[in-house]
This record gives sequence, C-alpha cells and structure tokens, in this order.
Amino acid sequence: MKISNRLKNQHLLWRAAFGPMAENAASLDDISQKKLWQLLVKTSSKTPQKIQVAQNLADGLYKGVQDAAMQDKLARAEMAKKRRQQSRDDIKSLNIMWLAEMINSEAQLREKMSLFWHGHFACRVINSYFQQELLHSIRTNALGNFGDLLKAVSKSPGMLQFLNNQQNRKGKPNENFAREVMELFTMGRGNYTEKDIKEAARAFTGWGFNVDGEFVFRKNQHDTGSKTILGRTGDFDGDDVLNILLDQPHTAVFITRKIYSYFVNEQVDDKNLQWLSQRFYDNKYDILKLLEDIYSSDWFYTEKNIGNRIKSPVELIAGIRRFLPLELDNDQSQLLFQKVLGQILFYPPNVAGWPGGRNWIDSSTLMVRLQIPQVLAAKESLTITPKNDDDVNMGQMVEQQQRINRNKAYMNKGASGNINWKPVYTVFKNTRREQLSQAISDTLLQSPSRVSSSALDQYIATDSRENFIKSVVIQVMTTPEYQLC
Amino acid sequence: MYFKRKEFLQIGSLATASLMLPKFLKAFERENMVPPGNKVVVVVQFSGGNDGLNTVIPISNDIYYKGRPKLGISKENALGLTTDAGLNPALEIFKSLYDDGSLAIMNSVGYPNPDRSHFRSMDIWQSASDSSEYVHTGWLGRYLDAQCKGCDKPTQALEIDDVLSLALKGNDKNGLAFTDPRRLYSSSNEKFYKDINAGHQATEETVDYLYKTMSETLSSADYIYQQSKLKPTTTTYPATELGKNLKTISSLIMSDINTKVYYVSLGSFDTHVAQEGQQRRLFTELNDAVKAFTTDLKKNNRFDDVLMMTFSEFGRRVSQNASNGTDHGTANNMFFVSGGLKKKGLLNAMPDLADLNDGDLKHKVDFKTVYATVLHNWLGSDDRTILGKQFEHLDFI
Repeated sequence: MKISNRLKNQHLLWRAAFGPMAENAASLDDISQKKLWQLLVKTSSKTPQKIQVAQNLADGLYKGVQDAAMQDKLARAEMAKKRRQQSRDDIKSLNIMWLAEMINSEAQLREKMSLFWHGHFACRVINSYFQQELLHSIRTNALGNFGDLLKAVSKSPGMLQFLNNQQNRKGKPNENFAREVMELFTMGRGNYTEKDIKEAARAFTGWGFNVDGEFVFRKNQHDTGSKTILGRTGDFDGDDVLNILLDQPHTAVFITRKIYSYFVNEQVDDKNLQWLSQRFYDNKYDILKLLEDIYSSDWFYTEKNIGNRIKSPVELIAGIRRFLPLELDNDQSQLLFQKVLGQILFYPPNVAGWPGGRNWIDSSTLMVRLQIPQVLAAKESLTITPKNDDDVNMGQMVEQQQRINRNKAYMNKGASGNINWKPVYTVFKNTRREQLSQAISDTLLQSPSRVSSSALDQYIATDSRENFIKSVVIQVMTTPEYQLC
Repeated sequence: MYFKRKEFLQIGSLATASLMLPKFLKAFERENMVPPGNKVVVVVQFSGGNDGLNTVIPISNDIYYKGRPKLGISKENALGLTTDAGLNPALEIFKSLYDDGSLAIMNSVGYPNPDRSHFRSMDIWQSASDSSEYVHTGWLGRYLDAQCKGCDKPTQALEIDDVLSLALKGNDKNGLAFTDPRRLYSSSNEKFYKDINAGHQATEETVDYLYKTMSETLSSADYIYQQSKLKPTTTTYPATELGKNLKTISSLIMSDINTKVYYVSLGSFDTHVAQEGQQRRLFTELNDAVKAFTTDLKKNNRFDDVLMMTFSEFGRRVSQNASNGTDHGTANNMFFVSGGLKKKGLLNAMPDLADLNDGDLKHKVDFKTVYATVLHNWLGSDDRTILGKQFEHLDFI
C-alpha cells in the first residue's frame, strides 16, 4: 500500500488530536509531518484555563450540610440530597464543556493527552468540585512532567476519596490507595510485593483533604515508623513513596507501554518500547519529549500502525463534530451517546479506566455507532434507553417517575442540530466529480479497507453536487471503517 | 434541506419493497416442538441492591425487629414459609411456588471484601471476579466464548435491554441485547448494512472484526425475529416492562432457537428513602410477571427445563436509616425457580444477625459457587474454564 502524505498527516491528527477539521482538511496534502507536529505543540503550549462549573466546597451547599449537622438527621439528608443533585448536574456541565474543548480548542494535543490521563487516573466520585479540580490538574500537567502529574493527582481530594485514603490512618491502614498507585498508576503488577503495598500504605497515612476540598497532611494520623519499600528503608511519607516509584525504571516502561498501546498500536513493538521508555526515564519523565519521540519517528507512519485503532466513543463524537461543524439544539444529547456507547466522561467503570480496543464493540454499540452520523445529519432521535446508574441516582428517584422522565427527556433531547456543510463543500471544491467519492473516502477513512463503490453508489444522491457530497460523507461515516483511526 | 435517515439508506435504491415472506406460517402447525431436556437459564438482575432482609424475612428474630422499628415486616404480614422465615407480602406467587416445591432460596450469598459502590459491586457479580480484580468480561460472555466457538450467530445468550451488560461480554463473543425482536430486526434490516457487509473483503484484522460483529448482528437479528414469531405465547402478561420482557423470553423459549441464557433486569431497588412503597411496587411488578411466566411455562411443558435465578449487587444494612430506608450492605439471598429443582425451599440457614461485620451480614456462600453450579449442573458446561477456577458444585440442581 502506498502511504500518501495526506494519510500520514491525518494519522497524526487522529492519534495526537481528535482528527482533522473540515477547515484545514484541504491543506493536508502538502504540509510535512514535522511541520504539523510543531504546529500541534505550539497550539498546545499555553497553560489551559480551568473549566469551572462548581463553587468551592466552603460555599453554598457543602457548608449547608455542615451547619445542618446540628439539626435533625432528616434535614441533613435533605441537604445532602440537594448537594448530590447539584453535583450531578455540575458534572454533566463539566462533561459537555470539556467535550467542547476537545472539539473546538486549538490545544488539540493537550486535550487528547488529557483524555488519556483521564482514563489512566480514573476517578469515579460524585463531587463536581473534586472532579473539576482533578481535571484541571490533569489538563495543566498533561504534556509536562509525569512525576508532577502523578503527585498532583495523588494529592487531589477526588482521588484520595475514591481510593479511601481519607480512612488511611496510623495503626488502621487502608491499603487501597497504595495498591492502586503501584498497580495502575506507576509500576504495574508483578514488580512489587504485597509487603511493599502494606509498607507504602503506612507511608500514605495522614494524606487527606479538608472541608474546603484542599489536600492536608494530618501529622497526628501519620505513621512515622520506619518502612521498607522496594528495598529502601526509612521514615517515608507519601511524597517519598512517589519518588521511590518514579525511581523505578519499571514505571517508565509501564507508562510508555500504555501510551504506546493507546496512541501507536495495541501490539507493542518491544524494540520501540525499550528505546522510548529508556529515553522517557533519562528525560526525567518529560511527557512532551516522549510524544515527540513517537510522532517524529518513521515507524509511527508505517502501514501496520495506521487505521487499526478503534476510536473511543468520545473520540468518535469529537471526530465527527470536528469534520461536520454542528450546532446541537441540546448539548445533552451527547451524554446519551456517551452512555449507550459506554464511555461517560467522569464515570469510568472502575479505577482501571476504560479497557478500550475491542471492548468498545458489541452488537448494540456498533449499530448505534453506525446510526449516529445519520441521526445527526437527519435531525432525528435515537430511540434507545441507557441503563440506570444507581451510584448517580442514589436511590432518590422513584422508578415509575424516572421511567417517564427518561422517556420524555430522550424524546426531547434527540440529537437535532444543524450541520454547517459549507466548510465541507470547500474541502472538495477543486475535486472533479468523478474523483469526489474517492477523495471523500480518503479524507474520512484511515483504514486501508474501503466500502465497495458498487455498494456505495446505490445510496448516493446525484441531483446536485452538494447533495452528492452530503450523502457520500454521511454514508462513509456510517461504515465500520469509520470506527477506526 | 436535509435528508431523512431512511432516505440516506434508500437513496437510489429500488429495493424498498419488502421481500420478507412469512415463512413462519408453518410454525402454527407444530406443537411441543422443543424436546424436553433443553435446559435454559433466565437471570433476573435486581439492580440497585435489593433489601434481602425484607424479601425473605427473619420473622422470629428480635434483632431484626429491633433494628427496623418502622421497616420491619411483622410475622402476621409476612407469607410464612417456616417458623423462622416468611416472604415479603407482595411475593404471593413465590409463596405458591415454594409450596409446590418449585422455589429454592439461598441465603447469605456474597463475596469477600465486599464493595458498596453499585457499579463496582455489580461489575464484580457480572464478571465473577474477586473484589481486588478488574475483569473486562462477564461470566455469561465467557460461557458464550466456550459455547459458540466458530458459530455464526452468538445467540446462545441474549439480554432483553437496549444496552449489553458486562455479564454477557466475552473475550471472543458478545451476547446480544435488544428489547423487542421486531425493532431489532427493523433497525438492522437496512439494506445499506447488508450491501456493505456483502461487499466487504478481508483486509486488516480490526476492520474484519467490526464487519464480523456487524454480520453476526444482522444474521442474529433475522434469526431472533423469525424465531420470536414461530410460536408466540398465548398467555396474558402484565403490561409492565418486566412483563413484556418475560413475554419476549417466553416466546423464544417456546421456539427452537438455540438460546440457553436470557438476562433481564428490574430496578431500581436502591431504597435509601421510603423503602416500603418502592420495594412493594417493584415486587408487585416481579410477582405478576413471574406468575404469568411460570403459568406459561407449565402450560407448555417447559417448566422443568427452565431455571430462573435472581440476584442483586448487594443486600442492605440490617438496621434501617433515618429516612425509612436502608443503606448499602453486603450479603444477600438468591431465588431459584424451576420445576426441575433437586432441592427445594430454604437451602441454608437464615442469616445470623448476631454475628455481623460492622452492622452488615457476613457472606456464607460465594456467589461464584452458585455460578459454577448453574454452569456445570444445569448448562453442562465447563465451569472451571469459564470461571478460571474450580468452585464447589452445590446440589440444588
């Protein structure tokens, strides 16, 4: 297979970002990958603005709960219920606002990397302030130093709560936090012992957060005794443990392997992995340098690494919306897509994050994926009901009412919106009619597989050039090939 | 202007006329076409954490009544089973099934280091993993892997829902989820999908995998729809969601479809507040649907071959809370309904309320031994491979 310059550029944009925008899709024939990479780095160089949806905990509702502690239990339960409801709504806003960044922001590299870290440092707590702060730490450090990112995440109230470190006290250790930090965030299984976890848990005693949602080190709960972790002995605290973990070359290998299988290929090439992880370690965990090593290598642009990655639901939605500029009547319909496709931002299935790859696909999710472009383009609704989430509902909704509301909500939500087709027509304005179909396929698809044109041709409108483009774009997006990047 | 979705699928195509001929008509001539011995499992998931102690009530236990001054169900109101146990008053049909010897109850089912998050605990139950493991496949999905090696339609395990549960996701195969065979059929019967599927040529592994999934979905949708029409049930079912779902399941059980496992959910049982009314409503829905379902199965001589089992991700705390509800707990009971039970009634002791773990029941039976038993004794499959470990086989089936 001949790999065109355009295909290579699209490859870079799909992996390092959320795919090409209609506006710049036309210019991808000539620019070099080096130039394009530099552009991606430059547009992501600024510190991101915080996506703000929730007030500081000291304000409003949380304070209310504290005050109400004096009052009877029912009033307290009522306040807590309100706070949860508020949090739930705030997290929805956070979801939609972050998704909008993924679609529209020029800091594509940063947002894409943040999505990766959001799955790596998976945290499922229904506290919008915690989630907002954790996301900001991730977006701020997404391209910086992995050690800084690890420390920021480990000290975030969201993660401390999710992994029960608030309950980790001297003499009464809770090992959950220490275990997951080692197993999922740094070294991976097989490189430490149960004893190391127990000792590390002792070092993390006293790490917690206060009512204002700030990290605190509670000295009186900290176990000051001597600990032995991965062969080193001392009166270690949490920071010491993280430093010890960062000193382990295994950590560099584990993180590099995960990044490689996410951005390059699930089949990890051992030689490439060894080279990359050694450099990552030598470069003191500089994330941007690691990415540069990947995206400026020749092997990244070879056939076996192109077009065989299944887009995650969020990447799929963002990718469609980048190519088809779209005003949605109700942004919340995107939550429905996330739900039925199995990736709701801020609700990872567990601390191990979304497994990804073929796990995204079953017959229901595949058929919904195929319907989405048509539903968007035709202003129709999906008639599908997602499963309940009792962790979110917290038993507050009476089932019958819930069902009615749910049905109403989806009737109204649908996915109606207006696609602005003009930029899409512009992409192909110099393409001759007989080459149009091929050009659209080559712009939208990364997979070497192509729907046979004799099959496709039956479904294409020929009454005008505009309708021809519209129908080809939508049909090509309605294929298994479009699920890949 | 914009196109209607249908138009995208039909532009330029002349094949809009339906070519589907009613080849199912001959089905009405056939009676009792399913030979006996064709075992089926129907899993009913109580989502949200059903309160087991108000399901099977310890009617002679003071600790229970002390912990639940308002929520406790009195001995008089409970449907008595033994001197120590009674059923929730809304579960009348389960009382008659008990009297008939078609109900078995296993108490105190759970797992070590229980998790109190709905999502996580449900994952643990559905994947049949330890609470410290993260497994991306479900026990029935792995059953499907074993059962459907090289088969073209993964219809051995079906879920009646819009979205597929982890329980039915395997390593190689996934079960299929749908709410209505007709809707499944019409949404996947688009000629566009069939045409591109027919035109696909093997290229790269991942894209081939997607086409294979699509192709299996299309052929399964046809198959399920045709089967669902073969012998539609004549029994009247309640018009509730569970009623409709069990009716769908019944029609498939009476057909000659190859499905061995059906999966369906009811909820939400997350009764933190005003539990009594909410649990009663759900149990009434359950009771009426199961009544129709068991009547139907008996009428068609299928009751001995169908095992219905219920579970929930956790039970609830022994003591009620301040809002006349109960909070997340641990071990719970499971129901087994069938005409083919080997042991009936209460299979083990009622939970010991004097021996609690921080206010929560201690589990006595690992749910994975129940799965192993169902997989091995009922479905005749290799439970060790599916569960990754040899669990004890119980003797109730």
